Amino acid sequence: MFLKGKNTMGNFDRKVAKFWETFIEYGGYTKVLTGLQNTLIIAVVGLAIGIVIGTVIASIEVLPKYKRLPRILNGFCTFYVGLFRGTPVVVQLLVAYYVVLPLLGMNMPSLNVCILVFGLNSGAYVSEIMRGGIMSVDPGQMEAGRAVGLSYGVTMMKIVVPQAIKNILPTLGNELIALIKETSVVSFVGAADLYVAFSYIGTNNYEFMVPYLVMALIYIVLVMLIALMVKTMERSLRKSDRRN
Amino acid sequence: MIDVIDLKKNYGRLEVLKGINISVKEGEKVAVVGPSGSGKSTFLRCLNCMEDPTDGSIIFQGVNIADMKVDINVHRRHMGMVFQQFNLFNNKTVIGNIMLAPLHIKLHELRMKKLKNILIKVGNIFAKEKAPLVEINTTRVQIKAEVRENALRLLKRIGLEEKAETYPSTLSGGQKQRIAIIRALAMNPKVILFDEPTSALDPEMVGEVLDLIKQLADEGMTMVIVTHEMGFAREVATRVLFMDGGQILEENTPDEFFSNPQNPRAREFLSKVL
Repeated sequence: MFLKGKNTMGNFDRKVAKFWETFIEYGGYTKVLTGLQNTLIIAVVGLAIGIVIGTVIASIEVLPKYKRLPRILNGFCTFYVGLFRGTPVVVQLLVAYYVVLPLLGMNMPSLNVCILVFGLNSGAYVSEIMRGGIMSVDPGQMEAGRAVGLSYGVTMMKIVVPQAIKNILPTLGNELIALIKETSVVSFVGAADLYVAFSYIGTNNYEFMVPYLVMALIYIVLVMLIALMVKTMERSLRKSDRRN
Repeated sequence: MIDVIDLKKNYGRLEVLKGINISVKEGEKVAVVGPSGSGKSTFLRCLNCMEDPTDGSIIFQGVNIADMKVDINVHRRHMGMVFQQFNLFNNKTVIGNIMLAPLHIKLHELRMKKLKNILIKVGNIFAKEKAPLVEINTTRVQIKAEVRENALRLLKRIGLEEKAETYPSTLSGGQKQRIAIIRALAMNPKVILFDEPTSALDPEMVGEVLDLIKQLADEGMTMVIVTHEMGFAREVATRVLFMDGGQILEENTPDEFFSNPQNPRAREFLSKVL
């Protein structure tokens, strides 16, 4: 029945019309906009928190480990990264919202919980990205800096990190893309994202085909925009590379 | 100038240096030769504590720099180092490479002086006897101009002044290594350590680098050179060390060493490479 071309197309037209009706006349678009806003807030703020945490963890991890303090800190970082990479983000959300918050006796809007959890989660991944980026810089660069009498910190900031950023930025863009896609699970703890908005529209007239298709399109457009931004940024960072 | 006393270096259980005693006087050019894995590079890298010695001491200008409590950065400023792989800073232009360290150090000194003056001024508010301020006779702009001028002078010396604003990735190996050498020179070092400076170069570029090192030698720079270029060692060095198995087996004048080596292992080595 649903493979007969003409009939299906006719159905589809009707479905689009229904979707459009709900989208415009019953205020579906405001829900979509809120959902889009929440998705972006969670991903972007989450990544920002992740970058802060990741930078701290990565700088501890690359420190020389002669002394006791860096070793203890390093142990803690390994535990942190293992914890957040070892569990799915849905589980982390549920645990944060239904276990940690009640235990602490705190009350927090679910959106904030999502931002925090995604921040902590991406911190673990970003730390690995940054550590990898720093490790991929030729150790000779550090040696050369130290050999002219610059300290470890100065060489790191002036020589190693600027070169590492070139390796880190594109991967960080990928992390943002991954985060945007992962935010589609925040409805587990009751935060309103794109999924919530479109299932509202779908439930309104028991018609899910078009809403979910539009949802997929929005995600794709978002991701492609970010990929484009990353590419532009990457190109401008390649200044010191060979250009022939 | 450099006195090495009973220097030992282990990597885990592997003993790379087994007690080295040597002293380098001002103006000397010491060539270190020997087979691969004999510990020559490790020895050189221990001299400026790129590798921390396991045991023993390195007295540089009266200070034991092998001591972990010493601020090694201050002493490294007086010991240039040139690497086999050049190690120019990839994110800096050629002139940026040369200027980075001197500029950073001089600006840091200036900042410290200014900070000290602020502290003195604050102290003066409460004190009856006004303490004198630290004299500052340069500005940031002046320092920058000075360092830049010096860097350009050095670049002109090797004939690469038109490359000042390019990035190292566009240069040939010989050009990179010559710039690495003047980057070390820009700090006005007392001694330069060369770690196989020509081993990573195309044969036709070896000459230009050796010529520059020879020029520096003629100007009286103190040098320690790890090299496989026997002809060069013979021509430039005032003393040759032959190392094998983490020990110095022979220490001799170049003429004596190359024409009449005393140590049997050295004889065998020379018969293979000459």
